[in-house]
Amino acid sequence: MKDNYFVIKSPVAISFFFIVLALTKTVLAENVQVVKISYITQQQKVPAALSNLDAFIQNKGMMGANIAIDDNNTTGQFTGQKFELNRVVVPIEGDVVQMFEQQVSIDTPFVITNLPAKQLKQLADLESAKDKLFFDATTTDDELRNSQCRHNILHLLPSRAMRADALAQYMMKKKWTQWFLVVGMTKQDQLYAKALRRAANRFGMNVVEEKRWTHTYDARRTAQSDVPVFTQGLDYDVLVVADEQGLFGEYFDYRAWIPRPVIGTQGLVPTAWHKTHEQWGAVQIQNRFKVLAGRGMQEQDYATYLAARSIGEAVVRTKSNQMQAIKDYLLGNEFALQGYKGKPLTFRPWNGQLRQPVLLAAARSLVAVAPVEGFLHPLTELDTLGFDRPESSCNQPGEVKAAVAVVSENNNSEGEEITIQKLIQRLKKYYNNLNGNK
Amino acid sequence: MKLSFLGIAVISTLLSTAVYAETVIVTLEKDNALAIIDPVEGKLIKTVEVGQRPRGIVLSPDNKFLYVATSDDNTVKIIDADTFEVLGQLPSGEDPETFALNPAGDRLYVSNEDDHLVTVIDVINKKEVAKIKVGIEPEGIAVSSDNQWVVSASETTNMIHWIDVKTNQIVDNTLVDARPRAANFTADNKQLWVTSEMAGTLMVLDVATKKIIKKIKLDIQGLTSDKIQPVGVVIDKERRWGYVAIGPANRVAVINAQTLAVEKFLLVGQRVWNLAFSPDQKRLYTTNGRSNDISIINLENHKVMKSVGVGRFPWGIVSKP
Repeated sequence: MKDNYFVIKSPVAISFFFIVLALTKTVLAENVQVVKISYITQQQKVPAALSNLDAFIQNKGMMGANIAIDDNNTTGQFTGQKFELNRVVVPIEGDVVQMFEQQVSIDTPFVITNLPAKQLKQLADLESAKDKLFFDATTTDDELRNSQCRHNILHLLPSRAMRADALAQYMMKKKWTQWFLVVGMTKQDQLYAKALRRAANRFGMNVVEEKRWTHTYDARRTAQSDVPVFTQGLDYDVLVVADEQGLFGEYFDYRAWIPRPVIGTQGLVPTAWHKTHEQWGAVQIQNRFKVLAGRGMQEQDYATYLAARSIGEAVVRTKSNQMQAIKDYLLGNEFALQGYKGKPLTFRPWNGQLRQPVLLAAARSLVAVAPVEGFLHPLTELDTLGFDRPESSCNQPGEVKAAVAVVSENNNSEGEEITIQKLIQRLKKYYNNLNGNK
Repeated sequence: MKLSFLGIAVISTLLSTAVYAETVIVTLEKDNALAIIDPVEGKLIKTVEVGQRPRGIVLSPDNKFLYVATSDDNTVKIIDADTFEVLGQLPSGEDPETFALNPAGDRLYVSNEDDHLVTVIDVINKKEVAKIKVGIEPEGIAVSSDNQWVVSASETTNMIHWIDVKTNQIVDNTLVDARPRAANFTADNKQLWVTSEMAGTLMVLDVATKKIIKKIKLDIQGLTSDKIQPVGVVIDKERRWGYVAIGPANRVAVINAQTLAVEKFLLVGQRVWNLAFSPDQKRLYTTNGRSNDISIINLENHKVMKSVGVGRFPWGIVSKP
């Protein structure tokens, strides 16, 4: 019996064995740095939909965070760090603030939110949230990134302005300069339309017609009869639709009076993530996601994935699990996140928006990726999308410091001292040229 | 008279092949084929079908066999390096992309990106020997020429994993810049050069300490930093020069391997990814994925001599004497 050596016979040896075991355990536990992250969302009522083609997904987003935490912990095995995700799902009738106060512990520095702008602002303004950093994985709200901005929120998804600019760049490339804008009845549709008008102005194109869709949302009654009449007698290059909920936008293709492409919230859509996206290693995360979730990755999943990965990346690099160190790193120059879109992703220090390419996707093919080639920028072409530094009405503390660092890095070869004012002047000049001095 | 003329012709053909015999083989990701090129004439000789989505390619040390990852067939094919006939295949695991051969040519180390594994294959018996769990999305892989280390770069974990060849176990990890793509040892096995696609850097690691001893940020005047995405990296035998392919920057960086200073950038084709030396190391070949060609660089004067159209999405490249 050669295996006998493994059998410990003496009780002294046994107790010694357990002491050693206990010791190793404590040593290990002490060495592991724990990073606490909370994920908070609220269950949603199933909204009205145009059709039953796409099943409603309750709690989009959770799965993206889960995968990123697993990825972080794989790295953590090698670096002695452990990432813990506390998942808080508020019921439909529940109170988000109350649940936050109860279930997100005081020592949790990072909170990933899958909540509308209003609730996110409530949370971010709480006294107990002062030392927390929020990762907004849901909103596209431009105000929240400008006049309503909070210094403790980072935004993972492209804003409406970024999406509209992405569309506009593509339309400009295609020379579709005369737009027919169709706007839905909801407040969100108005905001989307506002971003589109801004983009048209910014890139020197024209909204030649604008109409509000006030008809019913019943495809059997509406599509065949109303759409031709609604679009009759107008001349334009492209029909741009603002219908965020997807209640009527799909009607226009093939039914409008004159044959023109449909673009916007339907037709060719600007998005952070899409099932047709396979380049730059994207197919790997698409496959991994499908295997684990049993469905395709959605924008919100991508956003929560990026949120948790950002934290992971910063924690590994800084060896810190503290809010301020991580925030400084995320807003600094060293941070570069791989997000499967061919360019390193970084945060805009002036409003916490994640810089990223925007995909322009049709139902079954990826048509283009913005920034479209040829749209230039002195610092990074990603800043041709959305509110650039001089346009933004949000000013983060510490932003000036970071900005000067960026500029001096970009200008170190010339040895010229660049102030933030000089940079802003340069950017303004650049935009004036771009807009033909309008 | 006729005979002797023929004789001269035969001899001269033999001579010319003897002097110039060199073949460059390129995998064409979109054409499902290999492109066979005469680099001296700068001509595409032919293309040969090979399987679905060929990417990584390696030549056996005796120059007799090619190993080609046909990713969508989930296999690594063994191909006769003279006739380009498919001789067999290896159990590579799913979606193989990059791999490395040990110096003896009997072990193949394959990165399985989706499963976060390095698969070790016994090439002679066509059998899987081991699976090594590594970080998320392993990509670049290399074996040191003294057959001591296998290094695997994981793109999402951002690490170089040092695998002991004898035990097939990870013994150390080095945290590197975001999305490491390729890794290569210097011929003396003292250094490991690693590229980071997202940070735009080349990192030089000391093999003895497994630490980064130098980080080179590649900056090109007139290009924004997000276009600087280094991928393939090779270093010459004397460790005089190293070369880095910088993807969408469409350039190859020439680096003094002694001082680790960037000497210059050579403009090649679009989205340059992988690099290969000629056997005599007098030329460097690059695959340019988006312009569908390869560039031939003269290493005596560091000038791009020629580009040769080869087919759609050239990916991997090897050169055979």
